Amino acid sequence: MQLDNKTIIHRSKKPDTLELIFLAMGGLVLLFIIAPLAGMFINCSLGDLVDTAKDDAVQKSIWLTLWTAMAGTLILAFFAIPFSYLLARKNFPLKRLIAGIIDLPIVIPHSAAGIAILGVISRNSVIGRLAEKSGFSFVGSPAGIMVAMAFVSLPFLINGAREGFAAVPERLEKAARTLGATPFRVFFTISLPLAWRSVLSGLIMMWARGLSEFGAVIIIAYQPMITPVLIYDRFSSFGLKHALPVTVLFIFIVLIIFIFLRLLAENKNARS
Amino acid sequence: MLEVSSITKIIDTFALKNINFEVKRGEYFVLLGKSGVGKTMLLEIIAGLLEPDSGHIILDGCDITKEKIQKRYIGIVYQDQALFPHLSVYENIAYPLRCLGQKGKEIDANVEQLAENIGFTHLLKRKPKTLSSGEAQRVALARTLATEPKCLLLDEPISSLDIQAKSEIRALLRKINRSGQSMIHVTHDYEEAISLATRIAVMEDGKISQVGSPQEVFQHPKSEFVAKFIGIKNVFKGELRNSGDELAEFMTNGKRFLLLSDKKSGKGTMILRSEDVTISNTNLQTSARNTFKGNIIDIEMDRLKSEVIVDIGVKISALITRDSLEKLGINFGKEVWVNFKATAPRYIEE
Repeated sequence: MQLDNKTIIHRSKKPDTLELIFLAMGGLVLLFIIAPLAGMFINCSLGDLVDTAKDDAVQKSIWLTLWTAMAGTLILAFFAIPFSYLLARKNFPLKRLIAGIIDLPIVIPHSAAGIAILGVISRNSVIGRLAEKSGFSFVGSPAGIMVAMAFVSLPFLINGAREGFAAVPERLEKAARTLGATPFRVFFTISLPLAWRSVLSGLIMMWARGLSEFGAVIIIAYQPMITPVLIYDRFSSFGLKHALPVTVLFIFIVLIIFIFLRLLAENKNARS
Repeated sequence: MLEVSSITKIIDTFALKNINFEVKRGEYFVLLGKSGVGKTMLLEIIAGLLEPDSGHIILDGCDITKEKIQKRYIGIVYQDQALFPHLSVYENIAYPLRCLGQKGKEIDANVEQLAENIGFTHLLKRKPKTLSSGEAQRVALARTLATEPKCLLLDEPISSLDIQAKSEIRALLRKINRSGQSMIHVTHDYEEAISLATRIAVMEDGKISQVGSPQEVFQHPKSEFVAKFIGIKNVFKGELRNSGDELAEFMTNGKRFLLLSDKKSGKGTMILRSEDVTISNTNLQTSARNTFKGNIIDIEMDRLKSEVIVDIGVKISALITRDSLEKLGINFGKEVWVNFKATAPRYIEE
């Protein structure tokens, strides 16, 4: 018996050929992601980076990118989170069609998404004219950027939140109802807190996807420049060398925020 | 007090067909049936979580069939307790109180009181997932009782507990019922039903096939299903005397039965399968420790076997073959001896 155990332990320690081959393939995949990014960091001198960080246009564009993505996420979240709850809980006609519609922004080319949005908010459209009358324009403004970012990144929030709500046992909601809670109270005290981690993760994903958007935004607003547009602008006007420091700086800042938010989400989960 | 009237509901393969019964105030009403006959569905209809296809739920004279769930004054405790995992035990119990609009000190006092009554003051700061099954069931009961329900619904509240917790929760449920709480308890376990019920409703195939006191239901099963499902005709309420080192004695209606039991002395029920009772014309020397003389007062026959009811001071049912019936010359009014071994009966404590 003891001998058997030993052989089993011995076997599990030594990876077989299949595992070795798959491991090597996995290493290549990781390298494929890391190498270009790492190369960029290596090729960029600290001096260039500091100079770029001091550049007013760069600072403005990074700030603009971060806040428009954040604002777009929060505004849409107000409508999208309750909607994802419905999608998780209720069955209704055409539910699959609706799920497909929600995924559309992911599958269409983002420049096409930009064109589509432009059709709705340009000066020739009803909404565009209404905005014009109240004294502002979507095209070439932070508001337009927000719309473009939110459009392409919304599926990440809805799908994430929907999975979170679906994982909350319906029985807990039923119990809360019998304990005297109104449906609103149940949503805010039971469903939302229990799905919070997935909702938060969806929010982070939507924000991250929004601030990295280029295709849809450039069609709505070349100016003011969000950082992805600025990177493209510097590359096409001055070449790779000038685009590199902005890129590195932007990725660096986004990564730090992203990691911080992830840790926050994990931490919250660990405590509950 | 609570009247369930012509309730019908069909969901996929589950169906409730024309369910009727009434629960009286302060009653411990047990719905007994195999799993999958729609017992939980019926509870959810009473609680308002499901809407019936037709029929009415009437509470204290008011039709509450369409009343909002939170205004029904009906509490439900689920088999898996359904405690809110993100809230502490304290907050779980405070939840219904907050729904009632109570504030700080009032909630404190009420939670304390409930925790004391149900016996878990030491658990208030814990999170539900750190509780044992018995502790979680106590918390779930307290949380539902905090709503002061007119009727308390219990969905298999004991089945998933470990043995120790089972008898504790049984005792607790009895205590809650004695305080005047009307209860409907759903179970598939006939021992649980005998131990707790004032009345039992037997559910079969989406219908209620019989309603009555435990003794009525077990001694006179109305359908073959009930007889098969329960299978026990001899049900005696009485008192156990157990000194621990010898056979225990069970006293009922002046009769003294001997049996094996590790339960403590006290009130309870003794059950005995008819198959385990034998009949003889003389007082035989056998290993059976229980031997009584009596007269046959009823014989019920089918193709292969007969049920013979003998009055030995209490009525006792014996199941014998047609063959034995003829050999022993059994007929109505004949004096016979009934025998059963001390290992045959089961004692269920109250």
